[in-house]
Order: sequence, then structure tokens, then C-alpha cells
Amino acid sequence: MSFVSHSAWVVAAIACAASAAPARELRVCADPDNLPFSNRDEAGFENRVAQVVADEMGAVLRYEWLPLRRGFVRKTMDSGSCDVFIGVPKDFERVLTTRPYYRSSYVFVDGRAAHGVDRFDDERLRRLRIGVQLVGNDLAATPAGHALAMSGCVDNVRGYTIYGDGPASQRMIAAVADGAIDVAVLWGPQAGYFVARSVSPLELRTARPLPAMKGVPFEFDISMGVRRGDVALHDELDAILERRRADIDAILAQYAVPRVDQPRGDIQ
Amino acid sequence: MLVGPCGGNIFASRCSAGLAFSTSRWLLCVAAMVGLAQDARGADDGDWPMAARDFASTRYSPLGEVTPSNVHQLQLAFSFSTSIDKGHEAAPIVAGGTMYVVTPFPNHVIALDLTGPGVHVKWTFDPKTDAKAQGVACCDVVNRGAAYADGRIFFNTLDDHTIALDAASGRELWRTNLGDIAKGETITMAPLVVKGKVLVGNSGGELGVRGWLTALDAATGKLVWRAYSTGPDKDVLIGAAFKPFYAQDRSDNLGVKTWPPEAWKIGGGTVWGWISYDPQLDLIYYGTSNPGPWNPEQRPGDNKWTCGIFARRPESGDAVWFYQTSAHDLHDYDATNENVLVDLTLGGTMRKVLLHPDRNGYLYVIDRSTGEVLSADSFVHVTTSFGVDLATGALRYNPAKTPRIGKIVRDVCPASPGGKDWQPSAWSPRTKLLYLPHQNLCQDSVAYETSYIAGTPYVGAEAKMRPDPAGQRGAFTAWDPVIRKKLWSIDERFPVWSGALVTAGDVAFYGTMDGWFKAVDAKDGTELWKYKTSSGIIGQPISYRGPDGRQYIAVLAGVGGWAGAVVSGDLDTRDGSAAAGFVNVMKDLPSATKKGGMLYVFRLP
Repeated sequence: MSFVSHSAWVVAAIACAASAAPARELRVCADPDNLPFSNRDEAGFENRVAQVVADEMGAVLRYEWLPLRRGFVRKTMDSGSCDVFIGVPKDFERVLTTRPYYRSSYVFVDGRAAHGVDRFDDERLRRLRIGVQLVGNDLAATPAGHALAMSGCVDNVRGYTIYGDGPASQRMIAAVADGAIDVAVLWGPQAGYFVARSVSPLELRTARPLPAMKGVPFEFDISMGVRRGDVALHDELDAILERRRADIDAILAQYAVPRVDQPRGDIQ
Repeated sequence: MLVGPCGGNIFASRCSAGLAFSTSRWLLCVAAMVGLAQDARGADDGDWPMAARDFASTRYSPLGEVTPSNVHQLQLAFSFSTSIDKGHEAAPIVAGGTMYVVTPFPNHVIALDLTGPGVHVKWTFDPKTDAKAQGVACCDVVNRGAAYADGRIFFNTLDDHTIALDAASGRELWRTNLGDIAKGETITMAPLVVKGKVLVGNSGGELGVRGWLTALDAATGKLVWRAYSTGPDKDVLIGAAFKPFYAQDRSDNLGVKTWPPEAWKIGGGTVWGWISYDPQLDLIYYGTSNPGPWNPEQRPGDNKWTCGIFARRPESGDAVWFYQTSAHDLHDYDATNENVLVDLTLGGTMRKVLLHPDRNGYLYVIDRSTGEVLSADSFVHVTTSFGVDLATGALRYNPAKTPRIGKIVRDVCPASPGGKDWQPSAWSPRTKLLYLPHQNLCQDSVAYETSYIAGTPYVGAEAKMRPDPAGQRGAFTAWDPVIRKKLWSIDERFPVWSGALVTAGDVAFYGTMDGWFKAVDAKDGTELWKYKTSSGIIGQPISYRGPDGRQYIAVLAGVGGWAGAVVSGDLDTRDGSAAAGFVNVMKDLPSATKKGGMLYVFRLP
């Protein structure tokens, strides 16, 4: 027998062994272009957290890529193409959510002029150019959008839609940095990441809700999400989030996620 | 056969118009005469060349073989599976002994030879539609049909291409990219071919797409003009020819001034519905969608030119008039529904009008020369407004139903899909009735729930739809626009999301979401025949004369769309707010029907 055929036999035997006991898969739905959360190069913090979870499970990590836009649960998890979202709000009813692993807040970001605004009833807001994220219509504005409308800020507010070149948050931070707008109000993890990468120094402050805006939170607990009814996976993830808490916290800190659930991570 | 030089005969004016575009004088003359011959034969022409069959958008078939006395004998001639599970809203197109079907995403075009027994596939065309477009489409990945003109098939793809095919071979002649799915734009509408131009509009108004209607040269696919629905007059193609009927529409650059600064750039007003054409007045008519993506309170102003009807010149795109059905829209009442062009005797005078059943619940009769509203009557239960002021044309909103964060608003009627959504009505010149497939739904915004999009958490209003106080979710209604009254109406368990068809035999056809294809007496609504299809029907029924001279009735089954996404998209019935609240009122649909596209074709024995 030749050496070549012998090694071919070995390879075939390994392949058979592998197919007889297929590795467990962790099927994650993620947005292919949505830093700091995820991208196709797996450079987002949710990609890193997913790898921690997969390692802990001894599973092979596999992605189903789809932009997290209207209908994303229906088109991914509900159609059976994946089992886990790495980050969704704890109260998101479309999926079964795990225990939260971080809590963040909407924040104000401002630039060179450093106006120091952190309240929506600050008189100066009426004169500043303000950027907010636009997520849809039918009363589906971000909390910041509602607060600005209630404060009478309309003409000086610019909306950044989820469609465009790169994430809306990235475009907003760039607009603050180059002076196209004075202040941006956006979701904390996005602000933290792009502020940390901004060439000009920017300030970031927790946005305080208007007293009149009852029932509209500015802070959200973030959990993992699984299919409703998938209690086994839910419980397994809960346990992993507890066991690997330190590793996950380290990843979030590395990505400058502003936290409101940890004294040391509190936002100035 | 009369084939001669153009000069000196009755076709001269047509031919000289054609000469501007070509040096082949002889061929153009022949083409013009063939065209005229078809026009002359039009009264009993058996083809169905465009989604609405004719430029007036009547969906009236001049075929009279099927009548109230024999329709009970209708039987299946053939069926054909499209092998696609999404919502099938398209009208089959019939021309020259061939039927053309365009499917939902991935937008295959299938040509079926009608000359032999059974079904013979002549060709299938796969446009290789970009799969990413599915992640952008709002409600389902539907397509509302193709158009046939001069030996070519024109259709749109979800990823923003218009494509021309050789009808005989299925060979691609040209394709033009009109938009960008990365910006949220898709195309779902059926194109209309008018005077050598293919008219196409975009979809995606929910999330900051700026709406437009575009004309492409049918010969080459080159862009001839584009008219935006927001922005400066030069972008909207508003110029010296623009003579709107009402004062609030007569000022410079209202597409900018009726918005906060910059908001018009992402203001919506997409053109995803129907286009009609009046050759005598030489005007096209179409509606624009709702404004977006700001909440109403962040976009004070009329938000022109969203939620209204434009009349334009097909050659240049120049706007001639505009009428806004819902200024500063609060409830998602797009004006994209069909405009049916008819001539009516009103108060002893013959008027050229358009009939427009709007999402806001009113059936408008509008002078199509001027844009004057002659009447506007509610055809469903309406609480969001108190009527239309005929002196100013303005919708009189009910302030108690204004949505506002932190406020509970119940009994919002009609719900967001309106008294009638995209599903097109039919007009019979014999009965002089408009046949309306529609829904009777209200909605409550009673709570707020945590939502999540593109990595951004927020709290949104939770809208839940439910049947209106009368209790039935759907209806097929015959409306007399002269006496301005409902003549009769048939209740249906689910919204009637299919198109309507009416024939010279005085039989009207429609389909239900639980899969019944029904024939009713066009005069009194008596049910005459029904057939159970494998999936719910949201397609547009048509009628054609086959190569054997017989009358055929055809419809695509395949449930889906916004109303049927609970089946085609496997939505969770426990989540009432899914599909923007539509699932709450459709929880029993999955037990009533299954998904899957299937063409059904019927004829008498």
C-alpha cells in the first residue's frame, strides 16, 4: 500500500468519526453591518460575547446574517434559521429573554463647544442643532425623539435613518465631530464605541428623562433572546452568563459600552 | 389590408409623432395601423395586457360568455404551481395566446402557452433578485404584476430593477436599476406603459425613503424623467403647467415649506400603488404614500406632496394638478389606492371623473381635468375624521383620535390599512357600479412595548387591530358613485385582500383569504358559484378569451401580504402586535388556509 492511500484512509476515518458525532452548533442571528454590535468580520462586541458562549457550550458558532430591521424576528428565528440573538431588550416580547447582562442608557454627545447639556428642558437645546436616530413612524421614535418633540424642538432637529452608509450612530458622531450638528442623542453602546474612536475629543453624558414623559424609559436592560418556549436553551444561557460574567464585562469595557448597572462603569 | 405611405391618410398624425423617434417610417406606419386595429377591436378584445386591463383601471372584461345563469357550471381548466410560498398579489397578464405570471420574490416570470391542452411552459425568467431585498421590504415580498406592450414584458424586481423581456423568447432586452435597497427602497408595484414610457414608482415609505415616480424609455430602458413626491418644485416637476384646484396647494416649493428643515429629504410619499391614464386629456394619475419617518408631532405642516393624488403629463412628467386626501397624515392613510377613470352624469352634466376609494375611508369622486372634489362619502365606519370639506378639499380630522405618546387612543377607525388597502376595485360600464374589495377594521393604541431595530431599543405604541363594531373583518361592496350610496355588500370573515373583476356577463369575481374564489351577480350580489383553492387568495382575478375562443377566468392563490403575513411569514399568533398590529385580528387565519402560490384557470364545460 502506498503512503498516499494510507493517509487518505485516515482522513476518511476522521471524517466518518466527525459525521457520526456532529459538533453542536450555536446558531446566532446577527446584523452583518452594525458595529459596535456585530458585523460580518465578527468584529463587534456581540460577536465576541457569542464566541465566549459557544466556547462554554463546546459548540461551533454559526451565523445567520440579516439586517436587524422591521420583521427581523419573523425572518430569522421564527423561520427557524437560528436560535439566539446576542442582544435584545429584556422586555422585548417577540422572544424569550435571558437574565440581562448589561444595562445602558441614551446619552448626549457633544463636541468642541462642550455645552454640557444633559436635560431635555435645557433652554439652550432650542438653539443647538441636534441629531437623533430615526427608527420608524407610527409613534416609533426613540425616547430622545419624543423628548425633543415635547420640548418644542422641531426645526433644529435632524434625523438619521437606519438606512445609509454605515450605522446611523457612526454618522451622527462624525457629524458632531465635524461640527455639522452641535449635539447628538443616541443609544449608549453606539455612542461609547464611536466616541472612543473619534479623532476630535467628544463628551458623553447620560440623558435624563423629562418628568412629563411617564412610561418612556431612557435606560434598557439588555439580554440574550431565544425562541419563545425554548426554556432549555434559555436556562443554559442564563447559567453561562453567570459563569462567564467577568469575561463578558471585560469585552463590554473594551468596547467602551456605557453602563448604568455598575458603579465603576457609571457615566460621568 | 391597408398598408401604405403615411402622408395623406387618416393615420398621418400618429405616424408623424412616431417619426420623431425613428427613421424607419414604413415600419412605424405598420405598427401604428396594427395598434389602431387593436384599438378598434378593443370593444371585444380578449387579452389582459396590464394589471387593470385598461388605462382607465376598470378591471372590466368585455367577454360575456359567462353569465349569472351559467356561472354555476364553471370548472377548472388547468392549474399551475409557482413553487413559491410568499404572498401572490399579481394579476396574470394575457397577450397573444400566452399568459405571463410574475411571482413574489425572487420575482420569476413564467410564460404559459395557452394554445394547447393543459399547461405548457414556454419560458421562465429568473432575474436573480438580490436576496438582501427581503430584509428591506416592509410587509411581505409581494409583486403586483407585469405589463405587456408591443411584444415586450415589463416588470419590476424587489431589488429596484425594471426589466424588459422579449415576450416571445423571454430574452432580457434591458434592465435599469432605479433605487438602492441599502436606503430601504424596494419596488413592488406593477408598471404601466404609456406612450412608449414605462412608469415605475418606489416602495419603502416607513423608514425614510423619498418617494418618486420614474418614466423609462420602453425601447432602451433609459430614464426619461423622475418626479419626486417631496422637495423643491424642480424635483417634483412642478412648473408653469401646475394648476391645483385648491388654494392650499398653490405656492412655491410647498414640498419644502410644509416640512421642518431637511425633513422632506427622507419624507416618504412613495408610489407603490396604481397608475391610470386618460388618452384624451393626456394625463396620468397616481397616489403618493404616507409621510415618514418622523412622528406626526416632529413633522408639523401639511407634509406635501404625501398622501395625495397627482395628475401629470406622461411625456414630460410635468405636474398638472394635485389633491391631498390626508394632509399631515396621522394614521398611515396612504393615497396609493387606484384611480378608476369613468364618465358620469352628475346633476345633468357629463363629468370626466376619477373614483378613488381611499385608505382614510372616503370614496372620492374627483373631476379629473381639474382636481376638484365633487363628493367624498365614507364607505366604512370612520372615527378619525368628520368628513371632507368640499369648499376647501380638506379632511376634517377628529382631534380626539390624534396619536400621542403616553395617551391611550381607542376606536381608531379605519385602522392603518384603511377602509381599503392596495386591493383594486372594478368598474362595470353596464351596471355603473364600483366593486370594492375591502376590510372593516379599527385599532386601539392602548399600551407601549419595548421594540428594537438596528441595535437601537425604544418604546413604541402597541397598535392592535380588531373588527369594526359591525363585527365582520371583510366585505365586497357595490358602490353607486352617482347616488353616493352602497348598493349592496357581502360580509366576509377575513379582510377581502384580493382584487375585483367584473365582466360583460354581469358577473363579479373576488377571492377570500381563507381560499374561496367567488362569483356573484353584479347587479344584486347574489352568490352564484365558489371554488375552494389550496391557499388564501390575495391576487387579482382576470378574464381572457383563449385561443379556442372561449372565455376564461384566472386568479393566483397564495396567501400573504400585510394582512396574510401571519401565514406566509409564519408569524406567531400569540404576538398581536406583529405585522404592525395586523396579527391581532388575523389569529384564526393559519387554521383556515395554508401558504403556496397556485394559478387557477376556469371556464365553462
